[in-house]
Amino acid sequence: MVKTGNQERYDYDVIARWVQPDARVLDLGCGDGSLLQHLANTRNVRGYGIERDPERVVACLQNRVNVLQIDLEQGLAGFEDQQFDYVVMSLSLQAIHNTEGVLAEMLRVGHEAVVSFPNFGYWRHRVSLNEGHMPVSDILPHQWYNTPNVRFFTMADFEQLCGNRGIAVLERAAFDEDRLIDVDPNNYASVALYRLGRASA
Amino acid sequence: MTASGSVGNVTPQRAQFGEALQLRSGGVLPAYELVYETYGTLNASGSNAVLVCHALSGSHHVAGTYADQPKSSGWWDNLVGPGKPLDTNKFFVVGINNLGGCFGTTGPNCINPATGKRWGSDFPFVTVEDWVDSHARLADRLGIDTWAAVLGGSLGGMQALAWTLRYPDRVRNGMVIAAAPTLSTENIAFNEVARQAILTDPDFHGGDYYEHGVVPVRGLRLARMLGHITYLSDDAMAEKFGRKLRHGKHKYHFEVEYEIESYLRYQGDKFAGFFDANTYLLTTKALDYFDPAFEYDGNLQAALARAKANFFLASFSTDWRFSPTRSREIVYALLHNQRTVSYVEIDSSAGHDSFLLDNPTYHAAMRAYFQNIEV
Repeated sequence: MVKTGNQERYDYDVIARWVQPDARVLDLGCGDGSLLQHLANTRNVRGYGIERDPERVVACLQNRVNVLQIDLEQGLAGFEDQQFDYVVMSLSLQAIHNTEGVLAEMLRVGHEAVVSFPNFGYWRHRVSLNEGHMPVSDILPHQWYNTPNVRFFTMADFEQLCGNRGIAVLERAAFDEDRLIDVDPNNYASVALYRLGRASA
Repeated sequence: MTASGSVGNVTPQRAQFGEALQLRSGGVLPAYELVYETYGTLNASGSNAVLVCHALSGSHHVAGTYADQPKSSGWWDNLVGPGKPLDTNKFFVVGINNLGGCFGTTGPNCINPATGKRWGSDFPFVTVEDWVDSHARLADRLGIDTWAAVLGGSLGGMQALAWTLRYPDRVRNGMVIAAAPTLSTENIAFNEVARQAILTDPDFHGGDYYEHGVVPVRGLRLARMLGHITYLSDDAMAEKFGRKLRHGKHKYHFEVEYEIESYLRYQGDKFAGFFDANTYLLTTKALDYFDPAFEYDGNLQAALARAKANFFLASFSTDWRFSPTRSREIVYALLHNQRTVSYVEIDSSAGHDSFLLDNPTYHAAMRAYFQNIEV
């Protein structure tokens, strides 16, 4: 997933607000480690990133970010229950096959989970489909035939899944570009962020 | 790429230690000598020292060449030097030959002062921890209070890990490459076959072959041939040798038929020509015994709780002797203890030997990690 500078900033700022100071954070698909750097600088978190791509792993090392080169499709089996305060996945959930499994694992390994993803229900995407084509936008920059994304879902879909799987939405933020969207985000937001926990039994 | 070069001509140095060394096996070395090399310059505060620990057949000769031997490059010369990933412009790098070795450090082929004869079968069993203790004394003497990093591959990686446990305050970064928290059952099995090859060689004479003026060449050769198979991957061997025939046709004899046979024989002969059989036996035993979790009922997390260093681990995809799974065991145990740790899993076709090669991602990762070590 290509991230533009703008997206990174508002995505990161929200996550930084949600994360408690000095927390232990695991970032799944951490790229070059810039989110963890941001959280270390702003919230003094103790972070680890998981990344599969060799060049990004080296970039993390250059950026002094703790990085573990592990393939997420293998799951988080080596991690202990509640080992982290937060498990974060920024703009990667849509690129992973085992969506349910990953969400469950995030909330096993982390006390809370933070995820962000492109909202396929965004009105421009709907216009595109109405015109007969798969959406291509800043947040969905790839063509249908070369996209790394494998799961296509809206905010409404995601919240339904959470409800069905005992996952509590603790906080939500939705954006169109860098503008916060309060009204009808499933229609007007291109990116959604969620802070998630286990629904109390 | 940064311009990089060799450390140039190097000269081994020696250090004598008169104080007895108590060994884990219960044995005692009344005195010992270490042979070592250094590259780069120790800074005034002694904060830029990196110890490089060698593997089974390695030595103190990590980098550079000997003046009279142009082909004598150190075994990790591609990593260590000015401008190289372990940059000798920044770091003071130390390589030390382990006790029980055969490259100048006190070992079974040295004279036992008590008898005036070579140690041979009288040389005590040595462990990875004993090596660490003996090297700590050299660090004292060199004025190195704390290593900026202790680095090693394979057995050397185990030794780097042992440093972080035995002297937690003396290691700032533990760099554990192509290693494992213990040998696997299969690893021990391979070692045992190699040892039996040596022990049953008629020229072994119970380890006192020096007295008989012979060397158990056949056993040592077989041990090395077996070892070599396990250091490579099936793919690497297939790629390098395939089913290539020496004579282009089947000769129906026991001389070299396939090129892989020629390669193994060459490696075996070469090794038997310079390596000491007793050192091979002792070193494979040290590998077998290495088990930091042994005193913790097999609980690696508990065993690593003492470590204070930051860690860097690397493994290689086709390494079946020290597989990535084994490195991950160390990673997860360190995470449990909330240590700072990074781990890279390098795609490489070269098996266990990959750690000695200059795979670009591997070296870029090492370079990045070393660059961020403050001295």
